[in-house]
Amino acid sequence: MSTDVTDKSPAAAPPGKSGGSATGGGLLQLILDGLRRNMRQYGMLIALGLLVILFQVWTGGDLLLPRNVSNLVLQNSYILILAIGMMLVIIAGHIDLSVGSVTAFVGAFAAVLTVQHDVAWPVALVLCLAVGAVAGAVQGFLIAYLGIPSFIVTLAGMLLFRGLTEILLAGQTLGPFPDGLQKMGNGFLPAVGPNTNYHNITLLLGFALLAFVVLQEVRDRKRQQEFSLDVVPLNLFLLKLVAIAAAVLTVTMLLASYKGAPIILIILGVLVVGYGYIMRNAVFGRHIYAIGGNLPAAKLSGVKDKKVTFLVFLNMGVLAALAGLVVAARLNAASPKAGLSFELEAIASSFIGGASMSGGVGTVLGAIIGGLVLGVLNNGMNLLSVGTDWQQVIKGLALLIAVGFDVWNKRKSGS
Amino acid sequence: MAGPVLEMRSIVKTFPGVKALSDVTLTVRQGEVHAICGENGAGKSTLMKVLSGVHPHGSYEGDILFEGEVVRFKDIRASEQHGIVIIHQELALSPYLSLAENIFLGNEHAKSGFIDWRETLRHATELLRRVGLDDHPETRVADIGVGKQQLVEIAKALSKKVKLLILDEPTAALNDEDSSKLLDLILELKKQGITSIIISHKLNEIRKVADSVTIIRDGHSIETLDVKSAETTEDRIISGMVGRDLDHRFPERTPHEPEKDAAPALEIRDWTVHHPIDQQRKVVDDVSIQVRRGEIVGIAGLMGAGRTELAMSVFGRSYGRYAGGTVLKDGKEIRTRTVAEAIEHGIAYVTEDRKHYGLNLIDTINRNISLTALNKVAKRGVVDEHEERQVSEGYRKSMNIKAPTVFEPVGKLSGGNQQKVVLSKWIFAGPEVLILDEPTRGIDVGAKFEIYTVIDQLAAQGKAVVFISSELPELLGMCDRIYTMAAGRLTGEFPRAEATQEVLMRQMTKDKEVSR
Repeated sequence: MSTDVTDKSPAAAPPGKSGGSATGGGLLQLILDGLRRNMRQYGMLIALGLLVILFQVWTGGDLLLPRNVSNLVLQNSYILILAIGMMLVIIAGHIDLSVGSVTAFVGAFAAVLTVQHDVAWPVALVLCLAVGAVAGAVQGFLIAYLGIPSFIVTLAGMLLFRGLTEILLAGQTLGPFPDGLQKMGNGFLPAVGPNTNYHNITLLLGFALLAFVVLQEVRDRKRQQEFSLDVVPLNLFLLKLVAIAAAVLTVTMLLASYKGAPIILIILGVLVVGYGYIMRNAVFGRHIYAIGGNLPAAKLSGVKDKKVTFLVFLNMGVLAALAGLVVAARLNAASPKAGLSFELEAIASSFIGGASMSGGVGTVLGAIIGGLVLGVLNNGMNLLSVGTDWQQVIKGLALLIAVGFDVWNKRKSGS
Repeated sequence: MAGPVLEMRSIVKTFPGVKALSDVTLTVRQGEVHAICGENGAGKSTLMKVLSGVHPHGSYEGDILFEGEVVRFKDIRASEQHGIVIIHQELALSPYLSLAENIFLGNEHAKSGFIDWRETLRHATELLRRVGLDDHPETRVADIGVGKQQLVEIAKALSKKVKLLILDEPTAALNDEDSSKLLDLILELKKQGITSIIISHKLNEIRKVADSVTIIRDGHSIETLDVKSAETTEDRIISGMVGRDLDHRFPERTPHEPEKDAAPALEIRDWTVHHPIDQQRKVVDDVSIQVRRGEIVGIAGLMGAGRTELAMSVFGRSYGRYAGGTVLKDGKEIRTRTVAEAIEHGIAYVTEDRKHYGLNLIDTINRNISLTALNKVAKRGVVDEHEERQVSEGYRKSMNIKAPTVFEPVGKLSGGNQQKVVLSKWIFAGPEVLILDEPTRGIDVGAKFEIYTVIDQLAAQGKAVVFISSELPELLGMCDRIYTMAAGRLTGEFPRAEATQEVLMRQMTKDKEVSR
């Protein structure tokens, strides 16, 4: 996950770094220009950074303890998974209120399969994802092909799947899950190799990731030059690489000095990179932006809007199912009350991360940043033993401030 | 002549980074109709916003004198209290409220907070009659046409005891019939002593209603001309607007010699379309047209003639209910039941309404250009961003789209530049037949010429072009052949040599009464 966050954050590098770079000159100016141009993109990232620093100070350094960073990932993984799917839905100009209930339903389904019927966990996993896909597909069909507003369809879905969950579990909590499934929510990568005081595989993965990202960046730059397009000046480019390296290494070392990378982090990382790539570079992703930005224009451009909408909801169903499995695995039980108000957290994450009510705007990275803002708030306030009452108040304010800032910033930049 | 009712002296208005008005002086005499014209982005609308208090006092420099006194409006309400009412280009009526409710919106006849319906209806009926509407005041706004809605706006202005009426491109969305009604009303109001300022692109309108015209260019007031004087010709006004003499409003064009043998690139036969809601009504009635490669064929018609409906229904059945007809390309019948099919067969439709149907305004230039033909810059479903950028940079330069980079959101561009993006988008799709629907609507004279040139080049490359327009001079200047439509039917076909404005207009207004 850290890959993508840092991948596009050259400007978020601490100012101290610029001294280490090759040339000075107009470098600071370049950074400032870049910042100004991408205010929306970097604004939230900077806010997240400030939030981390703030809580790091308040908690006396507890926030960034390796064990807590690990926890932070585990606690927020399912919201982040949902936020990715939700971001797609919101970009397409829709909303999905049913994801919390689908999450609970799939968790219950998994429990019934593995606990009551002793189905092997890999089979159960596939079946659960399929159930999520069906749930998403049915809702997507109603929205895309029958034209029922998504708010209504998914509100109905929210009630329906919550009810089905209770029916399936007969109001009881069901557990425990087989080991394999538990690992998905709680597990870490296995420890192998010589004792280095660090988690070896995590270290290796971190280095591999770093090499991959740097290589990609260099290749990308070459491609741009091939097409004789303007490229970022070399010193800024180098600075960006240094910033990426610093961030990747920091997170790697933090995780490696505890139990290693959580398995869910790897899953999440793959999702973020994959979906980020799809939304930016795949024809499918472009079509999502097109229908959300201006539906009639997209139709007249030959975009198959119904199919795209349908697939977006189907995808949301699959991701909700995945989140459901992770939640159930983490609690090691399926509960009728699982996933309550998850849809709202996912929606809040998307809006904090720069989505627009009217659709057409937003990035997967933004959803993750938004989710992390909420996650850090949760975690930090827990460490400071703030009550859940005040936590709610503060999270509500955070959403308002984030979106308010966005609106203000947009108005200022010209209307 | 009477003295000035309004004087705006050396108005300067700056937005962050842009000087919208550098030095504008405007003097409007009591009881006249004063036209303001200038290219898009010249500052006309900004000037009117300054006048009406949208940009409050203090946000601009210079003085406004109304009826001899210096006025300082802090908002629209303040200007309305002085009797200055502005009617914006986009109408500001609430569609599901009645005419009467709309007329008195924000200004209700009420007793201690409750609406006095009797007085409301009485007064509304009176005002509607004054603007020449005999619709019942309880009719919903959504149920009357755009032309009538414009009149309701004026009735609303009258209810505010208007002394100075400002109309921002009032006829942009109206057909000729409604336009002329509206213009007559302005003249009628003039007799009643109401002064009007009318912002317009249409020079013939200005000639018809205005007493004087002030030309604004690049934030400066250039000159004020007396419209009634013989020297004030259309060319005179145009040269003032663009700051150069305009000998050629259209590119030189050698008319196309049709090759009689080859099958037409596109042929539409016996095409009939019903209205999407009122399914008894034929919006397009048994129309057959054809266009050959290298040819520019015009379709002339007033609003409601069925031109756009014909084009959109052929282009992937995007309008109405199909009720018969075939499409042939190079003599072979093709299926165009979805937009994707139409595009595949090399047809492009450039919409008349670029903001709603043509562009994703919040997205960038490059992504708008690539959207219809993403696969051209993609491999296995993955877009090559660098190639995409290179392609759109190419169009930015060749089409002269005025933007620093292709990463600029399209919504920030002026109308003319937006139109160039739409054209680039469809040219990039690589069509053989282009249907251009009002390609120069609402854009300034300079950009128009550029777009004409592009259309001319497309035809020279052997593409077949269908050019839909309600501006007859533009059809006469550009087309090899012109069809006329009226009330859904084809009413005539003229080669360039035989077509004149009068001949075309006669066919465009033909059958109108009969078919009603």
